[in-house]
Amino acid sequence: MKLRSMLLAGAAAVAMTAGAAGAKTLVYCSEASPEGFDPAPYTSGTTFDASSHPVYDQLVEFKPGTTEVEPGLAKSWDISDDGLTYTFHLRPGVKFHSVQGFTPTRDFNADDVVFSFDRQADKNNPYYQYAPGISYEYYNAMDLPKILKSVEKVDDMTVKFTLNEPNAPFLADLAMDFASIMSKEYTDKLASEGKEAELNNVPVGTGPFEFVAYQKDAVIRYKANPDYFKGKAPIDDLIFAITPDPAVRMQKLQAGECQIMPYPTPADIDALKADPNLKVEEQPGLNVAYLAYNTKMAPFDNPKVRKALNMSINKQAIIDAVFQGAGQVAKNPIPPTMWGYNKDIKDDSYDPEAAKKMLADAGVKDLTMNIWAMPVQRPYMPNARRTAELMQSDLAKVGVTANIVSYEWGEYLEKSKDPNRNGAVILGWTGDNGDPDNFLGVLLSCAGAETGANRAFWCDKDFNDLINKAKQVSDQSERAKLYEQAQVVFKEQAPWDTLAHSTVFMPMSKKVTGYVMSPLGGHDFYGVDISE
Amino acid sequence: MIRFFIGKILWLIPTLIGITIVAFGFVRVLPGDPVLLMAGEHGLTPERHAELAAALGFDRPIWQQYLEFVWKVLHGDLGNSLVTHRPVLHEFFTLFPATLELGICAMFLAIVIGVPVGVLAAIRRGSWFDQISMGAALVGYSMPIFWWGLLLIILFSGVLHWTPVSGRISLMYYFPNGTNFMIWDAIASGQKGALTSALSHLVLPAIVLATIPLAVIARQTRSAMLEVLGEDYVRTARAKGMPPRRVIGVHALRNAMIPVITTIGLQVGMLMAGAILTETIFSWPGIGKWMVDSISRRDYPSVQGGLLLIAVIVMLVNLIVDLLYGLINPRIRHR
Amino acid sequence: MTEQTQSSIPVGTRRAQLAEFWFYFKENRGAVIALVVFTLILLSAIFAQFLSPHAPDMQYRDALLAPPLTDTAHGHFWLGTDAVGRDILARLLFGARYSLFVGFFVVVLALSAGVILGLVAGWFGGWIDTVIMRVMDVILAFPSLLLALVFVAVLGPGLINAMIAIAIVYQPHFARLTRAAVLSEKNRDYVMAAQVAGARNTRLMFRTVLPNCLAPLIVQGTLSFSNAILDVAALGFLGMGAQPPTPEWGTMLSEAREFILRAWWVVTFPGLAILITVLAINLMGDGLRDALDPKLKRS
Repeated sequence: MKLRSMLLAGAAAVAMTAGAAGAKTLVYCSEASPEGFDPAPYTSGTTFDASSHPVYDQLVEFKPGTTEVEPGLAKSWDISDDGLTYTFHLRPGVKFHSVQGFTPTRDFNADDVVFSFDRQADKNNPYYQYAPGISYEYYNAMDLPKILKSVEKVDDMTVKFTLNEPNAPFLADLAMDFASIMSKEYTDKLASEGKEAELNNVPVGTGPFEFVAYQKDAVIRYKANPDYFKGKAPIDDLIFAITPDPAVRMQKLQAGECQIMPYPTPADIDALKADPNLKVEEQPGLNVAYLAYNTKMAPFDNPKVRKALNMSINKQAIIDAVFQGAGQVAKNPIPPTMWGYNKDIKDDSYDPEAAKKMLADAGVKDLTMNIWAMPVQRPYMPNARRTAELMQSDLAKVGVTANIVSYEWGEYLEKSKDPNRNGAVILGWTGDNGDPDNFLGVLLSCAGAETGANRAFWCDKDFNDLINKAKQVSDQSERAKLYEQAQVVFKEQAPWDTLAHSTVFMPMSKKVTGYVMSPLGGHDFYGVDISE
Repeated sequence: MIRFFIGKILWLIPTLIGITIVAFGFVRVLPGDPVLLMAGEHGLTPERHAELAAALGFDRPIWQQYLEFVWKVLHGDLGNSLVTHRPVLHEFFTLFPATLELGICAMFLAIVIGVPVGVLAAIRRGSWFDQISMGAALVGYSMPIFWWGLLLIILFSGVLHWTPVSGRISLMYYFPNGTNFMIWDAIASGQKGALTSALSHLVLPAIVLATIPLAVIARQTRSAMLEVLGEDYVRTARAKGMPPRRVIGVHALRNAMIPVITTIGLQVGMLMAGAILTETIFSWPGIGKWMVDSISRRDYPSVQGGLLLIAVIVMLVNLIVDLLYGLINPRIRHR
Repeated sequence: MTEQTQSSIPVGTRRAQLAEFWFYFKENRGAVIALVVFTLILLSAIFAQFLSPHAPDMQYRDALLAPPLTDTAHGHFWLGTDAVGRDILARLLFGARYSLFVGFFVVVLALSAGVILGLVAGWFGGWIDTVIMRVMDVILAFPSLLLALVFVAVLGPGLINAMIAIAIVYQPHFARLTRAAVLSEKNRDYVMAAQVAGARNTRLMFRTVLPNCLAPLIVQGTLSFSNAILDVAALGFLGMGAQPPTPEWGTMLSEAREFILRAWWVVTFPGLAILITVLAINLMGDGLRDALDPKLKRS
């Protein structure tokens, strides 16, 4: 019994933290260690949650809970009529954080903005590769080297961006994590001491929380920034308790060792909802999981065959067994929460008998195909192997023999880009900026079919013209119409079997108030409070 | 004596060279591409890919890369992690205290329980204590510890709520300039409850990691004891009327300990293997979990540096055991 | 472990040797029980398709994660079903095949490679010996599971690759044992005699020396058999062993981990199966050692 009470004391210690000295602490059981604290060289949400969301700001920001762009470090902006020049008017009086060894002597200004983009664009910038292997993948992935011509300081409080071609999603790009604004004063100081690599260890930004300490693979600590330009956060301390195992995260939440956690196992949702001390918020994820056929290869070059296969796969069963209900069947390549989603599209129904007949009509019999299943869990696909197993058993019912193949994740991504690839590949996409072009343009354009980003190698002229036109137009309702038409073409041609949009769950203590889920999947704790 | 030591140490040099070849060679033939992993679903253009590969030095002949690797290792540079971009050596020694603390506690448990149980079982050979403890030892020895750990978590954290679920200490304790030996930091800080908290976090992982060494040590102690108890000098001592407690304490135990020490030394390598599983189950921020993560992320320099350092550490421990063995058992030295 | 001291016995008395072995083996009650259990596991693996109430890959979509002893229209699920509605008992029965096969294959591979290397090293000595044993030292310098993990990462995850990796990290033990035994046998009279009589090296090594160092190899073999099952399961658990849908026990455990709190049966039974099998083999191994090791017999 002595042992028991001793251990209990240990477990209960956390519960006391919240009350200690009146400081409010929010503990977030995060899912993995951040790769670093500079958001620009990385692409994972985990790293953004620990760097850009708490510590940094961008010129423009996504309004909480939406993908709408609102002023951030820029208080306003003008766009020239030709859509090529963006002029940003910066917010005055914004202060950078102080950390051990650095105290800012000046407020945020145009130099910081120019530096933050220059370092990613200019090979001669000392921060272009400030640690071995650093590279700016998101900047490249968003095609900015091609789109962005220059970033110039007009005066201390004005910055001008010039583009090479009009690009409707550009403004949303600037709200993304890689576009976080660094302190030039801080980076200059680090450079003068020859400690550039520290930028990735100790971040200095303007955001709602200041970085305090990181204990590798264990704990990250932040404290509220008292000078934050939107006002100090209601909580005083923010702690990330790094807990990779979802079952363990759940137990810690239930034990009160943390107050909020991401990515519960779908299987545990019911138990979490039943817990009287917890509440579970949910929201459809801005993502899609799909099965891409190789449309360059017979018999998958025949849309009828693709449709028949789509009809033989029971997608609801995948939602039940793999997503454990935490998702919805997808009928379009973009998620329903996104503008431009065509809700009038009718999905191909699950009908093995009809599918069998269609295959026979198309002259396909004794078909053997490969299904590629990715080896990792992604936000849009909890378990690709299990999905493939379900498909295998469904396809067997219409006389198609499916073999499941898999590779190491990096190899998988690369090999699936080969136009001679044998088989249909399970993959997916999570939205970066809430723009439909970020799905349709990247994943289904003819340009993508060349590079392999379009895993179906599907190049349809009608579809491609529609999405290209939509990218050049700036009026959103007009763009939405074009995207809706494009989805009709997509459904007729069926280059993919659109599988699912996952649902994102966020279990938290009932004491947590003011948490707003981001449709982009990030986790932001500004504005969150804990009631006593 | 000194020649014996020096000989032992010199003998390690070819093994060391072999270890660098293995660490380096393995990592070079790992399939997959870390650069691609970083880009994820976004992908890379071929030009950009070539550019990045060149920046990381993957485009040069393999022997050149190997020589450079050895040269740098000799200068204490194991390269930078491809994921965090921090020096591998720094990453390793940041996490190493966590593994060491866990390992020491597990070994402590294993010895403190295993040796007495083994001795007692040998003395009371055939008794119910002997049968039950040796049965338990065999079960422990056969245990899939990754499953055992899950069961303990379900029971003690999930159902009974006796122990915290994971982590090393309650988050309310924070030691900015700590050594990352949590128990030491907790004591040094003098904060009330810190030590209790650290121990309550440590107890389940330590039990899981101790399971197999404990079983092995108990079994080994018992059979070493049985053997010694059958030797002539023990019988003689007994026949001369020495009290049984003294016979066991003075003669039997000391001699039985020689093979047991070897066993304990051998368990250190095993402990590292066990740490991989234990740390994965308990999200313990140590070397084992770091290696598994690095392998799956294709973080070449980390895998390579980790393999090298772990092998060297295991080798050093074995060397120490060898030397100890030589000290205790003079017969070996003169052979 | 105690040194092997068994002296050479003429081939003619092997039958007597076997009888003696059985005499001592059956003295050990635990070992006999283990033998029975092991035989049962072996039989259920062989006759899995007749014993199993369901096919191991049959997915009952309306019975996902059914608890043990559930009765449905499809029949009885004694140990429940997994996340895609497959019968766990069926998967365990078929899984026994993989685990036993893994253990057997690893031992055969490690034993044959290790014995040959050990024989060569011990018999020829000199630089051949040095090179071989140095390589073995290097392999042994790494923790076995870690090295196997890296091997599998190189070869690609999968059951066969996992077995090869584990066999590679196990064989130095056999090589060391064999070499030690060869060294102690090499200068004995009967080997000298055969050598004088003009027997060739290979013949001498395999026909004369090897049979006389079998006992420690058998003991080490049983040990490796159970360790291999554990290690392959561990690799499966870390996602680097057999790949789903293979009903390998470790892989089943790793697949089941997400249900640890919701469906205890998917986690409990595969682990229990591993434990029982490994325990049975280890118990038999103890019996074997007692029966083969004259030194322990005496005490």
